[in-house]
Amino acid sequence: MGAGEEAIGDWCLTRVVSVRDVWKSYGKVEVVKGVSFDVEEGTTTVIFGPSGAGKSTLLRCINMLHPPDRGTVFLRDIDLMQAGGKMNYYRSKFGMVFQHFNLFSHMTVLDNVMIGPKVVKKIPQDQAKAIALEALEKVRMKDWRNHYPSQLSGGQKQRAGIARALAMDPEVILFDEPTSALDPELIGEVLQTMLDLAKEKKTMICVTHEMGFAKAVASEMIFMDEGVVVETGSPEHFFANPTNERTKRFLSRLTELYGRHEGERRAAADRE
Amino acid sequence: MIDYLGDLLEGLLVTFQLSFTALGIGLILGLAAALARKYGHEPLSLLANAYIELIRGTPLTVQLFIIYFGLPSLGVVFSPTLSAIVALGINSGAYQAEYFRGAIESIGGGQMEAALSLGMNRLQAILRVILPQAFRLALPSWSNEAAYLPKYSSVAFLVTVPELLARSKMVISRNLKPLEVYLVVGLIYLATIATISKILDMVYERYKITVE
Repeated sequence: MGAGEEAIGDWCLTRVVSVRDVWKSYGKVEVVKGVSFDVEEGTTTVIFGPSGAGKSTLLRCINMLHPPDRGTVFLRDIDLMQAGGKMNYYRSKFGMVFQHFNLFSHMTVLDNVMIGPKVVKKIPQDQAKAIALEALEKVRMKDWRNHYPSQLSGGQKQRAGIARALAMDPEVILFDEPTSALDPELIGEVLQTMLDLAKEKKTMICVTHEMGFAKAVASEMIFMDEGVVVETGSPEHFFANPTNERTKRFLSRLTELYGRHEGERRAAADRE
Repeated sequence: MIDYLGDLLEGLLVTFQLSFTALGIGLILGLAAALARKYGHEPLSLLANAYIELIRGTPLTVQLFIIYFGLPSLGVVFSPTLSAIVALGINSGAYQAEYFRGAIESIGGGQMEAALSLGMNRLQAILRVILPQAFRLALPSWSNEAAYLPKYSSVAFLVTVPELLARSKMVISRNLKPLEVYLVVGLIYLATIATISKILDMVYERYKITVE
């Protein structure tokens, strides 16, 4: 079990994350009930499903913000449930981007992005600043570096949040519904940033309902409902012929909500 | 015309000494109690809770008398000034704890989560992310505490500390002009509190933040 290399034809894929039979409950409510999947290096995995399906909790189990009750998660060949005192160190290998941004409100954008390298990796001030500026450049937020979060739009906040995760040079970035708190006209800039990262072969696990994004870059999609994985497969599989009844119902509800036209327009824009 | 002003200002210095030392002690106790209540394990958070409720539920005068008149029967003897400082500090700490707790509550779990997700440990997250915001958010209510302490510290005259109010009583016993002297003393308190409030308002304006 765990990680390792696997030769598939000419492809040599490396597992970065292996989720193994993860269970999590809060009090008497079981939120995640035995989820397993693997994430290969340089791929984007999209997790979607109705609210309350356990998606966000699953993400927090993966980076051990909320360690699972049963099961485990491997980061390459490291069993995170056995990480003990090095847990904080391994957690820094996962970047995390939040629905509500969670930028540190008392710091400028630059300080938000610098603090990880500076405090966690103990990188000297000048170097940390250089790393932060590079990350901000990547998300096109360099000009906003001296602003405070309260002075930014939602889309700008989220891009700064992505830069903060990038600055730690993580092995995997976890996205927890990064666009669902945004006004519709601001979603595009965040999705574009995420598409750029996907094209650069960053390993990403995204909880999102942006089906256009999924269509464009996901190598695997996971549909969750009531704490379990209902169906997994490629975007082609999900959009052409999902097998499970629940998946079909959910996807048609998404189309109802966001409109087929909108979804396809965005997917087309994303492919450019 | 006011030949006793020098006496009163000497008393004011003692009042400052009492209030600012107590404010400092209260700051440390208050922060510790607020953090223990929010992040501490069961026994620690219960202890912090008991401290806050006990102190806020009893009069400052009773607390002062327990320390000054009560503790000597257990063999613990403090000077009048030290008794007053300890009583005021412990008292202020309980109120400051509530201000800081309110501030920490309003920060929300997302900030802690984001700090931990970067790989910080809990202590780093508290020192770098939670406390700097808690200070800024607590500042308006904390300013009240800082501004009112000189006023509360007047109870120290009950245990013979020569602070402003005690001095004024001495002056009155000489010149027999209670109305005039007490009005002057009132004005001195007023000016002191107004000045402290003004300074802290300026600090707040400089450092205030918007929490999302």
